[in-house]
Amino acid sequence: MTMMRYAEALNSALREEMQRDPTVFMFGEDIGRYGGVFKVSKGLMEEFGENRVRDTPISEQALTAMAVTAAMSGTRPVLEIMYADFMPLTLDALVNQASVFGYLWEGQVEIPFVLRTQGGGGVGTGAQHAKSLDSFVAHVPGIKVVAPVTPADAKGLLKAAIRDPQPVVFLEHKLLYNMRGEVPDGDDVLVTIGKAKVVKEGTDVSIFATSKMVLEAEQAARELAKDGISAEVIDLRTLRPLDIGAIMASIAKTHHAVVVNEGWTFCGFAAELSASIMDHCFDDLDAPVERVAMPDMAIPYSEPLETAMLPNAAKIAAAARKALA
Amino acid sequence: MKNTPSVEEQKEILRRMVLTRRLEEMLGDLAKQAKTRGPLHRCDGQEAVGVAACAVLNDDDYVCTSHRGHHVYIGKGMDPRRIVAEIMGRETGYCRGRGGHMLLGDIATGMLGGNAIVGAGIPAATGMALSFQVLKQDRVAMAVFGDGAAQTGICHESMNMAGLWKLPVIFLLENNQYGLTVRQEVQSPVKDLHIRAEGYGMPGVMVDGNDAVAVYRAAAEAAERARRGYGPTLIEAKTYRMEGFSTSDVGGYQPEEEIAQWRERDPIRIAAAALDELIGADEVARIEAAANIEMGAAFEQALADPLPVFETHAPSSAYSEISR
Repeated sequence: MTMMRYAEALNSALREEMQRDPTVFMFGEDIGRYGGVFKVSKGLMEEFGENRVRDTPISEQALTAMAVTAAMSGTRPVLEIMYADFMPLTLDALVNQASVFGYLWEGQVEIPFVLRTQGGGGVGTGAQHAKSLDSFVAHVPGIKVVAPVTPADAKGLLKAAIRDPQPVVFLEHKLLYNMRGEVPDGDDVLVTIGKAKVVKEGTDVSIFATSKMVLEAEQAARELAKDGISAEVIDLRTLRPLDIGAIMASIAKTHHAVVVNEGWTFCGFAAELSASIMDHCFDDLDAPVERVAMPDMAIPYSEPLETAMLPNAAKIAAAARKALA
Repeated sequence: MKNTPSVEEQKEILRRMVLTRRLEEMLGDLAKQAKTRGPLHRCDGQEAVGVAACAVLNDDDYVCTSHRGHHVYIGKGMDPRRIVAEIMGRETGYCRGRGGHMLLGDIATGMLGGNAIVGAGIPAATGMALSFQVLKQDRVAMAVFGDGAAQTGICHESMNMAGLWKLPVIFLLENNQYGLTVRQEVQSPVKDLHIRAEGYGMPGVMVDGNDAVAVYRAAAEAAERARRGYGPTLIEAKTYRMEGFSTSDVGGYQPEEEIAQWRERDPIRIAAAALDELIGADEVARIEAAANIEMGAAFEQALADPLPVFETHAPSSAYSEISR
């Protein structure tokens, strides 16, 4: 095990996969000489050269479309889109290209690329640099979506994503890059895409979250414990394919569910979780599913305004209490 | 550098142009009888562009085209019977009926592929060229796109990166004068679009898109440049769409006299005339007759082929919800 920061874990995954497989290459804005605005690709251009680590123009639409067809042509591209807020610019490539041709040309092509991006609020980056648009990508058939919270899962899932034969959108969070954690060495670190993890066992209510919201859910569980409420926290890790088995197992035990997502509420990822739970767990539920997500509005800049909007431990704990009331 | 088609190549180009024209005519007839599904975008009049440009490529070179790509499908060497089968929604089609006439793809001939999002074929070929460059392969990608697609933002982004990185890609701009119903001069402030190449640091050339030999020469030179590491070329092939936007088009916006002028310059007649001098009119007539018969047989076979059943197409690994 090695103690490292989340950004370092990602860097180490990229380095190891590029060493392991000469068809892996990276491109994106500011990722080369500068090492990425969040320093995830620090040192990689020096090690692998300008052919395999490319600084690009500001061209998210074409970059994503090019990642799709480069992946059809023998390489495994890893594209960095600097902010999740820029994901709408990438959507034709995901919705009308990657999602379509994997099926139409099945057996002829595979589309093994990774689109890394980071979202989330809390540091005053404003309405165009703080959103979580998870549902925009999780909505698209044929695209896998992962959102790890720990350095170990960040490294393990990124390595798995690079090796995966399908397109994977890899969602990071700007407030996680400096978080530290123990990371297994070698291939022991690999994490299977599509597998949730029980972060904290509990018996009264299940809280489902991804990315930074897992940390808020854990804090909520600690607060609930003070009142004698035993909350189970499930880190879904992968948004699609969803580990419905882990969700069913937890609700069969607790009979109460809180779903959490940092994105907008209406048609958001939490809405899909709620619907999936209705589909699969209705008979096990003793109360309606409680949803904690972002209000449906632009994220304001000023600190008290932004803070008031973000889902947090207190809102999650309140939702759990409501589910149990 | 070889940039003139041999007699054998010219014969094959003519054969494929006639195959394409016959495909379009037979599809048009079936559409009138309501025996086709969805709109069909015929390329009558543009055959020289797709067929002659593809003639300079190898099987492992990739080409991306648009919603109007039948000449590229045939030009890249795809089998007429399986093309027709796909257009008629048959299990024996290139995509087993999943794609339809706009979205064919075939890795064996390097036709990857049709694309019905206008402009999407441009970054598609650019991304393939990026892959070839990363892997240091001696391969070329070509995008065949229209004057409508040339106005998209993604066209600018793609050409900029292709020029910047000297990617082995050919941008073949098929200027057929119309984006759906809107004339090119209503879509662009400049008449000649190849002049944009200068802004991307690549050569921009204009050719008569109805002259197969001229298209071949320009494409051969562009492919050679790309293979030598000199980067992309923008070729603007001036041509004309003789049969409207699609089979659902009610027409009326292409002036009759304009259509008549372009019919005088039918690319098949120009290619045939050039060959007449080399091999004689009888041999040319024989090539054309054989191509017409071949396409007729392709329709007969394809229409007898089975339609797909949903059960074998729904649970697809492309949409796997299980991690592999």
